[in-house]
Amino acid sequence: MNRRLVNKDALVRLVLAMFALSSLLFLFIIFVFILSEGLPLFYGVGVRNIALGMKWAPTRGFFGIFPMVISSFMVTFGALVVGAPLALACAAYLSEYAGKKTKIFLKPSLELLAGIPSVVYGFLGVVYIVPFIRDYIGGPGFSILSTSIVLGIMVLPTITSISFDSLMSVPAAFREGSFAMGATKWQTVYKIVLPAARSGILASFILGMGRAIGETMAVIMVAGNALKIPTSLTDPLRTLTSNIALELAYATGDHRRALFSTGVVLLVIIMVLNLLANFWVKRRVGR
Amino acid sequence: MRLPPRFVDKAMRAGLRAQAMFTVAILVTIILIIFVKGFPYLTAEFIFSYPEDMGRLGGIFPSIVGTLFLGLLSIVFATPLGIGTAIFLTEYTRESNFTRIIRFGVESLAGIPSIIYGLFGFIFFVIKLKMGWSLLSGTLTVAIMVLPTIIRTSEEAIKAVPKTLRTVSFSLGATKWETVTRVILPSAAPGILTGIMLSIGRAVSETAAVIFTMGSSLRLPTSIMDSGRTMAVHFYILAREGISMEKAYATALVLVFSILIINILAYYIMHRMIARYS
Repeated sequence: MNRRLVNKDALVRLVLAMFALSSLLFLFIIFVFILSEGLPLFYGVGVRNIALGMKWAPTRGFFGIFPMVISSFMVTFGALVVGAPLALACAAYLSEYAGKKTKIFLKPSLELLAGIPSVVYGFLGVVYIVPFIRDYIGGPGFSILSTSIVLGIMVLPTITSISFDSLMSVPAAFREGSFAMGATKWQTVYKIVLPAARSGILASFILGMGRAIGETMAVIMVAGNALKIPTSLTDPLRTLTSNIALELAYATGDHRRALFSTGVVLLVIIMVLNLLANFWVKRRVGR
Repeated sequence: MRLPPRFVDKAMRAGLRAQAMFTVAILVTIILIIFVKGFPYLTAEFIFSYPEDMGRLGGIFPSIVGTLFLGLLSIVFATPLGIGTAIFLTEYTRESNFTRIIRFGVESLAGIPSIIYGLFGFIFFVIKLKMGWSLLSGTLTVAIMVLPTIIRTSEEAIKAVPKTLRTVSFSLGATKWETVTRVILPSAAPGILTGIMLSIGRAVSETAAVIFTMGSSLRLPTSIMDSGRTMAVHFYILAREGISMEKAYATALVLVFSILIINILAYYIMHRMIARYS
């Protein structure tokens, strides 16, 4: 009787282990299928002609996505410039200053901001931010600037919640020691808490970048989708993600393969960012 | 010149507070705009009638049905896998290289952008498995996408269950599995439910992964192999193709408020669970 129960537990353990392996399996098949569709073109046309190619005319044999790579990085950087200081301020306020009551409504508000669909952000960007830039700053309005503002708002919740966690993990003794030496709250936050949490904060910026570079629908709506490297903040641009989403519905043959190649490049960038973020978080835990 | 530290301290406190309030103001502004612009066009007829002329006239009933299908069916697929994984990671193993690899898989899945899920679902479910643009393709794609959310929240919820409950259960002669199913899961249920609701919210708000797997048919889906259009996709098409601003705002209103209600309920449930155990 007892023996049967023990065996049943072993069986349960095996089944649960299979369940746990499913995530790895999914990750594996996602990679296999994106790569199997996307890599052949790299062999056929050459890595340089795709990753560093300037011209995108997939129906005529030009598969250059370099302008999109640059554009993706530009708006990702722009999103950080817009979002990161605000997000860090929110995280610092939440962890160091906010009382219990403020926390109870501030934290869920930030999480609700994360729940708003990206199409809604894109739509509000088109209706309010794009015309504002066109009328007061210049250019067509669809621009690096409009995209950076929209993405900057969208990365707020990601950066805030991860920096908040890393600020909270700074031991209370650090703060107490600083107060005991007569430092003010701000001196403590600026000189003790923020430096102690810096690797977690850095990781939050990188994960925010991952969110921004992967964002699609909002970017399509506000970026203008022009096929060249933008040279000013008011120039329209096309990112890697919007390139895929704009053309996938009707692409066939090599054109479709080229969109998967775009996906491969995007996937590589995302994996590098995730590994970097992981590395920084690990280092913090290791210390 | 050095400013007096007390003054700097006061100024920075006010500055940080202002920035935090500004962020809340962004959320409130978004909700207000959608509400004010969408509410005049929100009628019972809009919710319960079919769209006509590409959505220029009529309502969004098929999209609501499509959204419900996608949200509920995707968690039907993802929940057992997610809870199973969480139980394995917390109760059936120690931290080892094996669990680290699994966690790496979960984290990587969480970091993959939705357009990559769209590409994958399109080539794998729609084309290779010949499911076509269908609720099934969309549901399976979104199920994989929300799996990390369910795993993480379930793990947190299971970890939050006090150790003493396990000890007591074992001391009464219960096996591991009995302890998990009769003691741990019931106690962790609210936290797990939170993860499930957040996942539904994510499925409802998703566009990029859904549009290339579920398609954008305006007809009412009657089987799992039918194409359909979720509210998010419908809203995207209305707005992007400039079909109708009024209908776009009204759709956005239904979409955003459904998501808000789902998320607020989810946080409320989690908040109550945390209050119980701490």
